[in-house]
Formats: sequence, structure tokens, C-alpha cells
Amino acid sequence: MQCPKCRAPMHTYNRNGVQIEQCSGCRGIFLDYGELESLTRLEAQWSQAAPPPPPAPQAYPAPPAPAWGAPHGGHGHHGHHGHHRNKSFGHMLFSS
Amino acid sequence: MRRTAKNAGAAGELRRHCFCPASAEHPDRTVPYGRVPVGTYSRPVTSAAVPLLADLTAKARAAAHARSSACPCGAATLADRPDGLVVRHANTVAKAHAPGTDPAALAGRLTLATHHPDILLPPLDRAPADLHGRLTSFWPYGTPVDPDDPDAAPWEAAATLLARLHRTPAPVDLPAMRGPRKAAQAIGRLREAGPHPAAAPVLRAWATLPPWARAEVPMPDTGTLCHGDLHLGQLVRHPAPDGPWLLIDVDDLGVGVPAWDLARPAAWYACGLLPPDEWTRFLAAYREADGPAVPAEGDPWPALDVPARALTAQTAARAVTKALAAGRPLDEVEQSVVDACDRMATVPPQLAQDHAK
Repeated sequence: MQCPKCRAPMHTYNRNGVQIEQCSGCRGIFLDYGELESLTRLEAQWSQAAPPPPPAPQAYPAPPAPAWGAPHGGHGHHGHHGHHRNKSFGHMLFSS
Repeated sequence: MRRTAKNAGAAGELRRHCFCPASAEHPDRTVPYGRVPVGTYSRPVTSAAVPLLADLTAKARAAAHARSSACPCGAATLADRPDGLVVRHANTVAKAHAPGTDPAALAGRLTLATHHPDILLPPLDRAPADLHGRLTSFWPYGTPVDPDDPDAAPWEAAATLLARLHRTPAPVDLPAMRGPRKAAQAIGRLREAGPHPAAAPVLRAWATLPPWARAEVPMPDTGTLCHGDLHLGQLVRHPAPDGPWLLIDVDDLGVGVPAWDLARPAAWYACGLLPPDEWTRFLAAYREADGPAVPAEGDPWPALDVPARALTAQTAARAVTKALAAGRPLDEVEQSVVDACDRMATVPPQLAQDHAK
């Protein structure tokens, strides 16, 4: 299908059993009837199972990243701040 | 933290070899030059390589002594890789370029560096010399980014230099930037390296790319001057030790898609390796300097997506190839790059929009 906003093609993804469409151009998300409720229900189940910790305070919003990027706030960004940059990444910074 | 022989040795291909009798006096011992080689030769040195290294070292000494009558005679091999042997003697660096380097293309790249000394480190002589069948070039020594202190990485300077380079009119006869070709080479070596569980996701990610990013057809942008191989080892301060930052290594320089030069930091950020604030500093400085590779405002990823995928796949391919050769598992950082490749196959690449100014 085509994005109603920018007319780029939309691609279908499955998130926890819910089909959602994301636009390849503006990256907007389209939900069918009932899908928002399904997502809300799944979120409620998730919250009951394990209440997530409050989000860490962030001075600035994270800059945009591609959809294939590492999950923001996930383990990927931990441990690289301050003076404990991973040695392997330190080498990667200087490598072709 | 002082760089130790152990962690420098982990760099694998890096070697140091000294021909100077006063080795304890070397001024470079605590001043790394990009990938400073430390350790001893641990792989077989071919009979062809020995005279090349010895003669390149002699040439570097002669060139250094021609520039300065009071030479402290410090010598070191800075890099010994298949794509280039680099030797330093005091204030002079000699490079034997990769076998098969096109003489006319290299001469054009050296000339360009000569014409833009505020962006690129200018060579001592714009005509490459022949040494044992290898093209060689000579350069002033510049102080590199300290590999032990990447937090001091000059992200703003790197971005500003790239923006200036990208805004520089390209000479008509300059060849294409070699970034996609280098990525394709890394994928080729991965295919030859033998089976590995991480090879499949890397090859799937590679398959999502348009043909130009895989060096199968010419790049869509042939008017923009690009560096082609940006990383933190490609920046030096000249004159050493605290002159302005300049870009080095013109081997991959040429015309092409300028987003390629931003795509390595972009890929590191996307893979969760480069902290958001460092990526933001780099991108903001590039935009501040009117760099044309991304739109001045808004989401830069439509322009960055394809090159960042390609460089993520290239980095992952190199990591898997090296791990296979060393018979070791992927480390956490290498695995995070492979994981990003795995996610790419489920998300089609974004198409760059024309935002030319």
C-alpha cells in the first residue's frame, strides 16, 4: 500500500503478533482497526509481568537512527561513556 | 593509559621494525601515528618484502635528511599491510602504495592534495616514485589522534574537513572514490574465508544494497569530491604536534557519493557503539560547515542509510574474516555489527532524496 502522507510504499511488519505498516519514506506507521488496542493490551500484559524501570533522564532527545540500528537505551549504548570505551571498538575507530 | 605492546599487538596486522641503531632515543616511541605498530614481525616476511622495507626506510631517511640538517634519526614502520607499507623517519613519512596502484590515478590524487593543503596533508612531491615495482610517496610527519584517548577524538575537525572537501570542485580527470570497491573486496574475502555462522547475515545485508553501493555500477554522484576511507586514523595535526587537523591517505579519494564519508561514524552510532553525543557533534559540525552530503535540517538517514549499511556490512565482513583466520570467536563489539546486519535484511533501504543545494 501507499503512504497516505507522502505516497511512498509501506511495508508490513509483525510486532508481537500485530501487523503494522511502516512507510519507507517518512517512516510513519499505519495501524488497522483494533491494532492499537492489541498493542495497548500487549503493553499492559508486559507491564503486569515486569514493570519497566522509569526511563533514565535524558537532557536531549536521541538523534534519529535507522530502523536496523541497535535498540536505543539498550545494552548497546551502555558502557561506552566516560573513559571505559571498549578496546575492540577503540581499534575499530582507527580501522578501514 | 599508556599503550602497551600487548594491546597494540592485538591490532594484529600492525608491526614495528626499526633500522636505527639509536632505537632507545626514538622520538616517536610515545607519539603514536595512527595505527602505530608495536612488536616484532611474527608472520613470514617474503624475500620480496625485505628489500622493499629496507629501501623504503632508506628513502625515508634520505628524504628526512634532505629536509633537515639536524635529524634526530628516529625511524619506525608505521603500517605494514597488504594495501600499504608506511615508514617514518623523524619528520618524514614514506608510503609504498598497494601493488597494482594506477600511477596516473595516484598522481592525480597527490596533485589534488598539493592543491588543498588546508584540507589534505600535502605530499612532499606530487609525482609518485617507483621502488621495487611499488609506487611510493613522501609526506611530512603529522601527529595522529591518540588511540589510547579516543574520547579526545576531533569529531568537529573531521566533519569540518569533510564538508570542505565535499564543497571543493573536483578536477575533471579524478577517478571514482573507492569506498564501494573496498566494501566489495571485504565481502569477497568473507566469501573466500570459509563457513562461519555470521557470514549469512552479513551477505544478506549486502544483498539489500543497490548495485552502486556494491561497486557493480558507477555511483550516482560523480561530481562530489570524497575521501573514501574516513576513520580516526586518517587525521593528523600538521605541523606536529599542534598544527591544524588535516586528512591523510589519498588512496581511495575521488568523486562519488559524499554520504559515504559520514557513513562510518553513522554506522558506529547505528550499531550502538558510538555514543549519541559524539555522533551529534560530528553531524552538527558537518552541517554547520555547509556539508552537502545530508540535508541541512531534519532526518539525515535517507541520505546515510545505504552507505551506512554498506560500511556496517564491510566492518562485519572484516571482523568475521579476521576471527576465522585467528580461530577465535567474535567479540561483543564485532557481534553487535553482525547483529545490525541481521536486522537490515528485514528493513528495506531508504532512498536518498535529492537535497542538492
